[in-house]
Amino acid sequence: MVNVKKSVTVLKHFVLILTLLVSGNYCAAQLVVTKIEGKQININEKAATVQKYDDFIAPYRTRIDADLDNVLATCPETLDKSTGQWQTPIGDLLANVTLAKTTPVFRKREGKEIDICILNHGGIRAILPKGNVTTRTAFEIMPFENTTVVVALKGEKIVELTNYFVKEKKPHPLAGITFTITAANEVKDIRVKNQPLILDKTYYVVTSDYLSNGGDNMTFFKDSIKVYDLEYKLRNVLIDYFKDVDTIPVVQEVKVTQEK
Amino acid sequence: MKRRYFIQKTAASSTLLTLGGLSLSSFTTEEVRKVTILHTNDVHSHIDPFPATDPKNPNQGGVARRAAIIEQIRKEEANVLLLDAGDIFQGTPYFNYYGGELEMKLMSMMKYDLATIGNHDFDNGVEGLLAQMPHANFEFVNANYNFMNTVLYTHVEPYKIFNKGGIKIGVFGLGIELQGLVDKKLYRETKYNDPIEIAQDMSRILKEEKKCDIVICLSHLGFNYKNDPDKVSDINVARKTKNIDLIIGGHTHTFLDKPVIEKNIDGNEVLVNQVGCYGINMGRIDFYLDSKNNVTSGGKKIII
Repeated sequence: MVNVKKSVTVLKHFVLILTLLVSGNYCAAQLVVTKIEGKQININEKAATVQKYDDFIAPYRTRIDADLDNVLATCPETLDKSTGQWQTPIGDLLANVTLAKTTPVFRKREGKEIDICILNHGGIRAILPKGNVTTRTAFEIMPFENTTVVVALKGEKIVELTNYFVKEKKPHPLAGITFTITAANEVKDIRVKNQPLILDKTYYVVTSDYLSNGGDNMTFFKDSIKVYDLEYKLRNVLIDYFKDVDTIPVVQEVKVTQEK
Repeated sequence: MKRRYFIQKTAASSTLLTLGGLSLSSFTTEEVRKVTILHTNDVHSHIDPFPATDPKNPNQGGVARRAAIIEQIRKEEANVLLLDAGDIFQGTPYFNYYGGELEMKLMSMMKYDLATIGNHDFDNGVEGLLAQMPHANFEFVNANYNFMNTVLYTHVEPYKIFNKGGIKIGVFGLGIELQGLVDKKLYRETKYNDPIEIAQDMSRILKEEKKCDIVICLSHLGFNYKNDPDKVSDINVARKTKNIDLIIGGHTHTFLDKPVIEKNIDGNEVLVNQVGCYGINMGRIDFYLDSKNNVTSGGKKIII
């Protein structure tokens, strides 16, 4: 073993000396670029594959598939994010689940209750299809590594949150809060956990780290009193919930009322 | 220790390769030389091809296919340099489950020569990136992140110089501003320096001091920003520097029909390329070089 190493070293030095000699020679004759050709190669099914790569990947894939395809729950109907003006079936579920699963964590750590959940419509990356719900479903819905955070906001900032919601015209998932949008596009009757909003009261809002940092223009999070990182990934919230239930409930609550 | 021995071994074998190229060409000194640059960016852990049923990218990509194409090119070309412009991590469960181990091992099997660091390569923190480096037979370059006060210190060099068949190629790396893009608890004390200033510095060092024949900027800054044209981007780096021959970019997942030609500060042409994302495409740039004595008229021919 030692002998082998030694011979490698000797060979390396020999090569090094030779290279130095030769490259010295090349310094004199500098090279210039005379022609450049550029193109793009599309990688698709027409290309051959190298078996040794497939063989190398296979055990990694098998382990992931076994884990991801493990059935955790059943969904009675497909929950989509494209139906509904101010609320969507999948958004309602995600916000309710996030509020429910993070509340005990926050209670245990800080001795406080979470009041509201807001997530972003764009962060829902797939549907929750009818039938078997697996870990893979959770990965498809939430591929990102976002973690949940709780932001302490004054009641007046909650008003800003509702104004933002109306202005954006997107069904961002909500839980714990209800309000009415008038025909003139104004917000009224904001209630948190069924109680009228108090402007100088502190409310605890659970959201993603991305949104708490002002993502999707959620600027009302900028003037927070305090931010608590729960170090609990949104996707894990979902996986833990799927493990808890047998059948996914279809949320029927009216959270945002639109007056005509 | 194991890693150090490994690097020594790699260094020795690449010197051997170089020697092979040199001895061959030394008999035909007047001949035009060629180097082939292959590059990917934003592969985002896409190891398997997209399924035939995928609504956006059916049958696209796949590491085993990319490997086949690379192997074929290596059979045809003596001097190949294989580069990646960052965001190797994040995008499929392969990353969530194995933290980037499989991505690094496969890139090593394909004999990647060098990569730069994308914002998503910090997704498991500076510690997470460091933990995967032993699985990589290639190195990482970045010149505008100061890792002095992080665990990555000494693990990332600003540039690397390759000698392929007597052609000296200098490659330096540039990374995007992390603040606001990546959580600070992930990038920790990584300090961001102005990429334009660093690029001016690096290109001078590589061209004038190190006498490189080709200077390549491996960037994860993004191609350009239409709504914020002054934001640092590959296009702006091309325009505000000199001595760079090629900028290989990433981050913005820009699909170009063909590489873009920009003019640098001196009015010379710079090639800027990026190949979308997810391993759907691979870029190929062939450089032909001749000794200074053989070139009569100035300028170069660019065929894209």
